[in-house]
Amino acid sequence: MTAAAARANGAAAALLRAHRFRAIELLPWAIAIAVYFLFPGYRLLATQILVLILFAISLDLIVGYAGIVSLGHAAFFGTGAYTAALLADAGWQEPISALALGAVTAGLLGWVSGWIILRTRELTLLMLTMALGIILYELAKDLDDITGGFDGINFENSAILGLFPFDVLYYTTNYWYAFAFLVLGFLVARTVVHAPFGRSLVGIRENVRRMHAIGTPVQQRMRHVYVIAAMIAGVAGAIWVQVQGNITIGVYEFEMSGNILIMLILGGTGRLYGAFIGVTVFTILENLTETVLGTDPPYWELVVGVVLIVTVLFAPRGLLGVFDPLIRRFRERTP
Amino acid sequence: MIADLGTADLGTAVLETKGLCKNFGALVVARDIDFALEPGARHAVIGPNGAGKTTFVNLLTGALAPTSGSVMLDGRDIAGLAEHERVKRGLVRTFQINTLFNGLTVLENIYLTVAERMGVATGLFRPVGSRPEVVAEAERLVEMVQLQDDAGKTIDELPYGRQRLVEIAIALALEPRVLLLDEPSAGVPGAESHIILDAIAALPADIAIMIIEHDMDVVFRFAERITVLVSGAVLASGPPEEIAADERVRAVYLGQGHG
Repeated sequence: MTAAAARANGAAAALLRAHRFRAIELLPWAIAIAVYFLFPGYRLLATQILVLILFAISLDLIVGYAGIVSLGHAAFFGTGAYTAALLADAGWQEPISALALGAVTAGLLGWVSGWIILRTRELTLLMLTMALGIILYELAKDLDDITGGFDGINFENSAILGLFPFDVLYYTTNYWYAFAFLVLGFLVARTVVHAPFGRSLVGIRENVRRMHAIGTPVQQRMRHVYVIAAMIAGVAGAIWVQVQGNITIGVYEFEMSGNILIMLILGGTGRLYGAFIGVTVFTILENLTETVLGTDPPYWELVVGVVLIVTVLFAPRGLLGVFDPLIRRFRERTP
Repeated sequence: MIADLGTADLGTAVLETKGLCKNFGALVVARDIDFALEPGARHAVIGPNGAGKTTFVNLLTGALAPTSGSVMLDGRDIAGLAEHERVKRGLVRTFQINTLFNGLTVLENIYLTVAERMGVATGLFRPVGSRPEVVAEAERLVEMVQLQDDAGKTIDELPYGRQRLVEIAIALALEPRVLLLDEPSAGVPGAESHIILDAIAALPADIAIMIIEHDMDVVFRFAERITVLVSGAVLASGPPEEIAADERVRAVYLGQGHG
């Protein structure tokens, strides 16, 4: 084999093995399992982290892969959450079917809103995603006899599969429930991004004009990923309220959309694992700040500001992106 | 071949325009263009800067909608077809300025294109790595433009002239029946331009090719027919020797050269 052919094969081999699991991918799951046993007092916080990671992964599909920046992703999170909560409140207490219906309603909202929003680009698109989030928030606030408004609704779910009741005190079942759906959601996202569909999203992010010129129905492709992302966000929202047994209109808050985007950027976009790092670091920092400086909002907001500035200045590709040059050097040395 | 037939009255033309006009407000960028491209044609479109050559390409591909007039592919009006639908029907272009996936490798650039053409790009489940036939086809195209040495490099890492080859490889990956080459050697250093010209000369004979080009050596070496665009309108159209002898064409070029 000539050297040239070997190099070409190298590029092809890289394409052909990109989807394979590597040992290091077990690390986050091992940590998640260990945390449950090592820090039983932090299970509530850890459960929230698991759910937010799932939420951030769904956002990564559209922001990191397709390049559609959204400031209104809580619209889908909240819709999934309210679907599950209102169903339970009305007597439909089986959690997994409620969660599935949450995915469906969030997906429908993604389909309908995407049909309009994805016709636009850049700033207009950003504003429209934000508008959708704000409209739903205001709507939920207005309809407080249904949504419970700021006070919220308490509801109960039946035991998972009839065997494992939710435990809002010690977060035992609750933790594994969130864990299981994070595994599932992550596997779906990972499969999608390594499939030709996911690669074509990267093409859209890299150069829309070129995608049109190679025959891609760009808008349709974006709408499809928008629906997938909305459904996963809906699942995350449903779990978020199911594990707490309570919902308030906070699930639709702009802060929810803004924070999840910050967490994703902090960890690194377009790599799925950025969501794990970003959400964990952000949430733990928030918790530490509140423990050390108190729960006065300005403290935490100050820390968020500093974290954002530091990220943008020193790690523009996110915390995981910091390791990219090291990995590349390692790969070059071991072909 | 059938040089004495008019341009607008052919039933055999694979790509044809009739009375194509485009205005941006008061600015007329395409004026009543009649144009026909026969199967296997080698047709050059020349004209001074700002003559509306790239606009013409954009009107053909659907990137721009005409103000009036029609574009026909295989005798069918394609006004209602979006850009990507025209590509699916074999109408393919390259860009005057490289329009590639800069952060992806050469092979990935071609891969995306091949996946789209083979109709597998909507696949949600089976990973790229389990579709070796798509990757193999991408590799074949990379070798066709002799970029195998650079297959694993990102576009950013390639010199401009080699990036131009990726433009051509992408166009080939789409298996075009009509290929619109928008100044394929633009921006390529003289020492490298032969790579591009060789690649163009090697294009399959059955593809109908329209080439927009400034370099008259390329035009006269390549084209069997030349259309001259000036201020958005067709000034002259005919075989190279006829165009070379045309006084009006000379006036435009000499006038510009000395002005």
